[in-house]
Amino acid sequence: MTSAAHPVSHHEEAAPVGGKLWNWLTRSLLALVVIMVCVLAVRFVSGLGAVTNMNDGYPWGIWIAYDVVVGSALGAGGFTVAFLTYILNRGEYHPIVRPALLAALFGYIQTGFAVFFDIGRYWEFWHLFVPKYAQVNSALFEVAVCVAAYTLVLLIEFMPIVMERFGWEKPRRRLNRILFVFIALGVLLPTMHQSSLGTVLVVLGPQLHPLYQTNLLPALFLVSCIGMGLAAVSIEGTMSSIALKRPLERQLLGKLLGIGIVLAALFLVARFVDVAARGALPTAFELSWPALMFWVEAVLFGAPIVLLFTAAARRRAQRLFVGAVSLALGGILYRLSAYLIAYQTGAGWHYFPSLGELFVTIGLVAFEILAIIIAIRVLPILPTASDAAAHAHLIERTTR
Amino acid sequence: MLTRRGLIKVAAGSATAVVAARAGEAEAREAKKMPEKALGLLFDGTLCIGCKACMAACKTENGMPPEPNPILEDTSDAYWDAPLDISGKTLNVIKAYRDDAATRKDEVAEGFAFTKYSCYHCVDPSCVSACPVSAMTKDPHTGIVSYSVEACIGCRYCVAACPFGVPRFTFDLAFPKISKCQLCEHRLAEGSYAACAEVCPTGATLFGHVADLKAEIARRRSLQPGTPTLFPRGRVDGDDRYEGLAGAYVDHVYGENEIGGTQVLHLSAVPFELLNKPPLPSEPPARVAETLQHGIYHFLIAPVVFLLGLTGLAWRNMRDAQREGGEA
Repeated sequence: MTSAAHPVSHHEEAAPVGGKLWNWLTRSLLALVVIMVCVLAVRFVSGLGAVTNMNDGYPWGIWIAYDVVVGSALGAGGFTVAFLTYILNRGEYHPIVRPALLAALFGYIQTGFAVFFDIGRYWEFWHLFVPKYAQVNSALFEVAVCVAAYTLVLLIEFMPIVMERFGWEKPRRRLNRILFVFIALGVLLPTMHQSSLGTVLVVLGPQLHPLYQTNLLPALFLVSCIGMGLAAVSIEGTMSSIALKRPLERQLLGKLLGIGIVLAALFLVARFVDVAARGALPTAFELSWPALMFWVEAVLFGAPIVLLFTAAARRRAQRLFVGAVSLALGGILYRLSAYLIAYQTGAGWHYFPSLGELFVTIGLVAFEILAIIIAIRVLPILPTASDAAAHAHLIERTTR
Repeated sequence: MLTRRGLIKVAAGSATAVVAARAGEAEAREAKKMPEKALGLLFDGTLCIGCKACMAACKTENGMPPEPNPILEDTSDAYWDAPLDISGKTLNVIKAYRDDAATRKDEVAEGFAFTKYSCYHCVDPSCVSACPVSAMTKDPHTGIVSYSVEACIGCRYCVAACPFGVPRFTFDLAFPKISKCQLCEHRLAEGSYAACAEVCPTGATLFGHVADLKAEIARRRSLQPGTPTLFPRGRVDGDDRYEGLAGAYVDHVYGENEIGGTQVLHLSAVPFELLNKPPLPSEPPARVAETLQHGIYHFLIAPVVFLLGLTGLAWRNMRDAQREGGEA
């Protein structure tokens, strides 16, 4: 296996999983997508107010806070694994490059759909990409342009997988020769818009609770999204190993979450130092939802550090899973808090997602899972079983 | 020769250094100044009698639909225009503070007082800074913050950003838009001025250049409460004046310093907290956000340096892999 030490070159060792596409799981997911389409029909005919609980006090609901802000952060595994594999040249992460890329691609497609459903004047969405309308001081402009560019980059990065499946060797070789440009862009762009998703909140000023309003928002969003991405890749790895009855790549997940807990620690230190330095710490002891969320998030980010502190702990499947879930939840709640719970817009305003909003969010997630299931069944994404075993040895070697 | 690890360190180090240097040295974005010919309103709560003529005129002149009182909605009394708040259908509302029996005007205990809700036309508006597609703009001469439905994509970032809660969205429409007071900009072109000020029978809402309005505010605040004095009606530089009594103002002009100052200024005899005017810092959030954003993206230096480092490393690693693995 000469190619094992060279991460880029052993794509052949991935293969379609095969199997039936039409089973109870895909049928249920499709049903959820159909329900979403029905809700969206009402939304497009009768307006946002007909299906959502959004209002002038809470003009953004879960379509933005969950589907856009959380959804894209959970796809951050794509750029993180690409960074480890291609930029730091760590071959041991190679088997998860494609699954992480796939999750990122559909995570971002979900984000794009959510934006389209959410913006009131969706037929004008192209204004975001025309210089005539561009407003470069807006963090949201940066997010929109950057997310769109990254989704394109993800599609290009994904093309070799499709070309490999259909045996288009010539275009594949050509694309591979310039792929390094897209891989570099594919690392840069998400660091830009994931941090800008934090900057978006800075202009809300005093409307954001002092525990959350800080100039460190972009840094906190960036650090936590990398942790979330790594956690999501680990959870997906565990799920697929259970679903496909394959051995769990414990060493690899252990290494990923080893990085994850460093980021969790970084996040917690930055968060507490920042809150204390701004003199906002006393508000953490008041009886309020933002204060409660602040502590819940701290526990969720702290738990994986404790659970996975030693290398021995990072070899235990159960701990890895619980740690990853805790880390992902920490990042999810931090985002929901910053965008909804800590946003205090004045007396008299309330927001809780309507059933219609929930059905759309559930439908988008179902669509994403459905697409991923179909993709791993028909495209060479997961490493072949024999390659996975060989890979375990490689990790064994490089870990020492 | 540089090792690969060395290269990574150099690339990562230089990118971090550039970002840190930029963030550290980046000076705060220039403070926005009130345009010399800035136009605005003065609302003096002590003169307001709560007749709501301004609300009716605003609806008429801006072509806004009637909005029944939500409490009376779906009842047989839901005929007349009686909005409780500004909304997608209402740009201007007079609200009242009330305590207990509410028998004494402009007093806190057992008293009542009126206040106006409409756009403040900030010197450094959060909505303009937030809007990704330049649908919110501030006129460089009049300072009026106006909205272009033609540009708007309906993202509602302006609604979220405004600390006064001014821009509103028509959630009930399939083809929605933002609603906000634009100081009757369309009427200025016709030689007229803000309809709310034009119809106000007591001059409680007064139109004019902000500089003149500020001089008028200083004059009123210098008077002993209860002193007879002349109050301009309609516009501050007009001829229509009548005699009234100077109010017992609290020591705060709302809008003078709030988020860097606004072009709509409020005088009141009861504390502004009681009128639900949010206490706001003098530093404009738009300036904080833009300073941060410009610090990170100063001439795109940091992203470009970072991208060059990434591209170099990706190229090198993939070339090595191609050579040794013999596969593209």
